[in-house]
Amino acid sequence: MVNMYPEDGLSEAMVPRVSEDPQRQAEEEAGFPGEVPPVPAGMPHAPVPEVAHHDVIDDAIHNPVFQTEDLSVSYSGKPAVLDVTMKVPEKEITAFIGPSGCGKSTILRCFDRMNDLIPAASVTGTVRYHGVDLYASDVDAVQVRKKIGMVFQKPNPFPKSIYENIAFGPRVQGMKGDMDELVETALRRASLWDDVKDRLKDNAFGMSGGQQQRLCIARALATDPDVLLMDEPCSALDPISTGRIEDLMHELKETVSIVIVTHNMQQAARVSDRTAFFIVDLSAGEDQRIGRLVEYGPTDRMFTNPHDTRTEEYISGKFG
Amino acid sequence: MTTTSVDERPVPAEDVIGRPSAGGHLKDRAFKAGLIGLTSVGLIVLAVLLVTTFLDGAPSLSLEFLTSFPSAFPEKAGIESAITGTLWLMVIVGAVIIPLGVATALYLEEYADVNRWWNRVIEVNIQNLAAVPSIVYGILGLAYFVRGPLSLGRTVLAGGLTLSLVVLPVVIITTREAIRAVPPSIKEGALALGATRWQAIWRQILPASVPGIATGVILSVSRAIGETAPLILVGAATFVAFNPTGLDSPFTALPLQIFSWTSQPDEDFKALAAAAIIVLLVILAVLNGLAIWLRNRYQRKW
Repeated sequence: MVNMYPEDGLSEAMVPRVSEDPQRQAEEEAGFPGEVPPVPAGMPHAPVPEVAHHDVIDDAIHNPVFQTEDLSVSYSGKPAVLDVTMKVPEKEITAFIGPSGCGKSTILRCFDRMNDLIPAASVTGTVRYHGVDLYASDVDAVQVRKKIGMVFQKPNPFPKSIYENIAFGPRVQGMKGDMDELVETALRRASLWDDVKDRLKDNAFGMSGGQQQRLCIARALATDPDVLLMDEPCSALDPISTGRIEDLMHELKETVSIVIVTHNMQQAARVSDRTAFFIVDLSAGEDQRIGRLVEYGPTDRMFTNPHDTRTEEYISGKFG
Repeated sequence: MTTTSVDERPVPAEDVIGRPSAGGHLKDRAFKAGLIGLTSVGLIVLAVLLVTTFLDGAPSLSLEFLTSFPSAFPEKAGIESAITGTLWLMVIVGAVIIPLGVATALYLEEYADVNRWWNRVIEVNIQNLAAVPSIVYGILGLAYFVRGPLSLGRTVLAGGLTLSLVVLPVVIITTREAIRAVPPSIKEGALALGATRWQAIWRQILPASVPGIATGVILSVSRAIGETAPLILVGAATFVAFNPTGLDSPFTALPLQIFSWTSQPDEDFKALAAAAIIVLLVILAVLNGLAIWLRNRYQRKW
């Protein structure tokens, strides 16, 4: 279909990194003699957008899992991502793509209130989950996370046995039923059962990185969530493990809605039904990096006939 | 296109990579020798101390010495009551510092908002308390545990509580480090599964930090049983011809027994003190060895 941008994988390396530590950043910018000259810090991520905000809302989504309206997140008063309005459809895979710092992970973390863990973060606008405002005062973040599972960038199994990793979620949620059966079902859904059925009591740290990530997916599935949020789930994995997780996502979308953040555009093209493209808006100043949603639509159309020139430039590898 | 052949003639190294600066290596060696010299000063002093103690004390070491009570006659005197007193202190100190230390560390690491001034005050105070001389805690113990509000008298409980205060700051600091060593992704993973904060802490973070906490607790206990000054102040006796029978029992402890014997004019008692030092050193070595073993056994690479 759209596998025509082989340089995608490299694009991440070209993004100038912003380090929290100013000294380290200075060192990174200075580089080392003999190395390829680093990208100057002042180089913009993206062409400064002529229009601040350009949204294509697909009205065809009638039964959205999530519906955001002017969703903005700021850290210590500095806006990180502004005015995201979108609908995430049910039982489909929605991908968020865009350059580093565009706020795609931040928006994803609003969907299960994980931003609550960062005291400096504040969220404005609304996120509705099946019509319920997730940030309403009577909504408990713990209850939200019981319905919405999350898989992180780096596999983070608990330092316990494979079995205990899976059983943790059902236990804390007070789920009744045969735990052995629950564990087996979750592992089967993550196509991990055959790999690990003989070593359920072994420590999860003995697994390969790809297996660990599938264990984390199984762990999230064990509580039977309605949605699975995946924050760059394959960025720490080799291509074979990545392929297996993508296959798994295709199987899972029969039963759960999936939102995936990815740096890898080919991955978005391969797995997702819909793609949302975010950029870093530097128009407010070099040190004001604000993420914005630029375009959102069916993946096929986004990759073949993008409406916004910035989307087109990004997916053809001109920046990012 | 022509290809150039590689010239096989050896090239002098300094033509290519430059000549080493004159004297650079010499300074390097002199610095290293200086460091070794300074390190050995400490080691030699320690070795001399150990060797003389062993030479003085070894002849007095016997099963009888370990199982006899103090006596006015050196050949009959032993350290049974001192050993049992020290064991009682270890248990009391452990029972006090584990819950208090872990609870404080958990509060500071997981719940306290560092932007609040009182939490910063607590932090700075704990750091300072770790450096307060133990005799100051002895005075506190005398005023508050032996007399004053608790009025426990000169009991093993009062002694244990006082020693707990001495090491509590260290336990809090090491426990905080153990908790901080658990990566935040573990907590995130637990919370993302719908765990409450308490469930995440109790079922994932604490179990994952137990080896680090245990190491800190053992090292603290071993420091506590080596303390003498606070025990002198809270009035532990030096001549106790019976084992503690309960928390309200009078007691003695190994360092006190050693202190008492070294202040006797009779040379034979000095030999007994040396023998008691050997016993105390062995107990400390075992505890520290256990701590090191625990650390290596359960050390995890995240």
